[in-house]
Amino acid sequence: MPYSLCFLLFMLGLYCAVVKKNMVKIVIGIMVMEYAVNLFLIMLGYRTGGTAPIIDKGQLEAGTGQFISSSVDPLPQALVLTAIVISLGSLALLISICIRVYDKYGTFDITQIRRLKG
Amino acid sequence: MSIPLPFFIAIPLVVGFLLPAFGKKGKAVATVLANLVTVLLLVFAVASIGKTEVYEIGKWSIPLGINLVLDGLSSLLLLAISVVSAAAMLFSVRYMERYTAKIKYLSLFLLMVAGMNGVVLSGDIFNLFVFLEIASIASYALVGFGCENEELEASFKYMVLGSIASILVLFAIALVYGNTGTLNMAYISKTIQNSGLNAGLKFALALFIVGFGLKAALVPFHAWLPDAHPSAPAPISAMLSGVLIKSLGVYSLVRIVFNVFGVSVSVSWVLVALGVLSMVIGVFLAVGQWDLKRLLAYHSISQMGYVVLGIGIGALILARNGKVEWAALAILGGLFHLVNHAVFKSLLFLTSGSVEMSTGTRQLKEMGGLVERLPFTRTTCTVASASIAGIPPFNGFWSKLILVVAAIQAGFLYLAAVTVIVSLVTLISFLKIQRYVFLGELPENLRQVKENKGSMLVAMISLACLCVLMGLLVLVPGLKQAILDPAVKVLTDGLNYSADVMAM
Repeated sequence: MPYSLCFLLFMLGLYCAVVKKNMVKIVIGIMVMEYAVNLFLIMLGYRTGGTAPIIDKGQLEAGTGQFISSSVDPLPQALVLTAIVISLGSLALLISICIRVYDKYGTFDITQIRRLKG
Repeated sequence: MSIPLPFFIAIPLVVGFLLPAFGKKGKAVATVLANLVTVLLLVFAVASIGKTEVYEIGKWSIPLGINLVLDGLSSLLLLAISVVSAAAMLFSVRYMERYTAKIKYLSLFLLMVAGMNGVVLSGDIFNLFVFLEIASIASYALVGFGCENEELEASFKYMVLGSIASILVLFAIALVYGNTGTLNMAYISKTIQNSGLNAGLKFALALFIVGFGLKAALVPFHAWLPDAHPSAPAPISAMLSGVLIKSLGVYSLVRIVFNVFGVSVSVSWVLVALGVLSMVIGVFLAVGQWDLKRLLAYHSISQMGYVVLGIGIGALILARNGKVEWAALAILGGLFHLVNHAVFKSLLFLTSGSVEMSTGTRQLKEMGGLVERLPFTRTTCTVASASIAGIPPFNGFWSKLILVVAAIQAGFLYLAAVTVIVSLVTLISFLKIQRYVFLGELPENLRQVKENKGSMLVAMISLACLCVLMGLLVLVPGLKQAILDPAVKVLTDGLNYSADVMAM
């Protein structure tokens, strides 16, 4: 069930990016897609009632088996952290291009920004 | 001497971030430094030919840590990237003088090179994604570098489609991690061999094909390329068409399909269909163009079709358990065309930049008779046109010949016929360039144009020499065994990749 909601979020973002005419809305759609994928990655490693994946000395001496079966998976969290930084970079560039385009054309409507064709 | 693999990524990355520190006064120093980096990378790439090695970052062993893998295919791509980037960087020395922020351009250029080197060297799919994003974000910024109306519009379009492609790839990576529990390519491949493909992995493969297909601008996904490539400054068009769509798109796609998931008949047909569609639709859209760079950009789509078609035929033969030699021949044709296309298409974009800089226009109808005024540009452009149209003895002829022979040998007579016809249409459109740009009447306002000298000329002439000489890569057995055969073997070995990497 959570996975299908996450997929729904992804499809909403894709719909927004493909259908909307306003540049800022397209950017919002792309970011919704990005967050849906990040959410999906987090859910992959999530475990209901799991502990934080930090092992202390007592647990290490008692054997790692019990720790592994109770902690959440830390790897997707590291991936999401990286993915968030990357999407921040591309978001900043997207928004700055939007601002420059608005300066030049005076509109955010992509149907009116059509000098390139052929 | 063995070169540590991180140098390929670290050197351009570090220098790229150092360059803005020079400020406006240090522009000449920064330019020299950037050129030194690209030449150094070229030397490194030549020195790493024929080597296979795995570098474990921080000494963490393979499934735990990040690792870089150098094999035949990676070193072929590294060579192509460094040749084109050295030539384009040399060309920029003079060409970029008319832009105001040359140092920013140089550092973005080096970031893009670092990203592409990272993509071809990366041994796990998440790092592949990270480097892919580094190269893509640098290229989005470079496409809009001129900050004029058309450039910004093209950059936005490219960025939207590029971001969607990246997100699809990230989604596919998440699915792969969820289903196999590892991110290392060799270990994913091993898990898939043991337990087979389930529905989640099949969906991930489809997402990979769409995502990398968007990056490679194969035909249903090509909408951004004809806008983005002409809008960039000429050396960047050369980099984008020459190597970016190959290392980000085709290399990643081929690596995932052949070495991680393993070829199957249905996926091979998808590759063949993408190849044929790109080839035919790209070339027919190209013939009708009147903007010089736009025409060249459509030809990039068409020529990438050749590459994917060759590799697709090879995959089909492998998936049907046909003769490995036949598959190897088709893949050889595809990969050789990939390298050839990197050289002649970047040369064509550089000559178009030279023409644009001299005349101030890109419209074919406004030019003519430039053979008197731009003799060197004309000669190099003719060499490159002959290469792309497949006229012997230039390099494009040999790779197209191999592709046709491989298609006939494997029984795809229709595909061979289509390849030849597309080649003829390519010839027609390049005769059009010769006719309208260099021959005919010289318009009154272009009487005074001057040939571009210095670094631009050196870059164009050295690429033109490569176009003439690269036929030797298949004709001289020693060179073929050293450069092309290891790359082909990586693909024909398919899933043995995981065992190879673990044994290194």
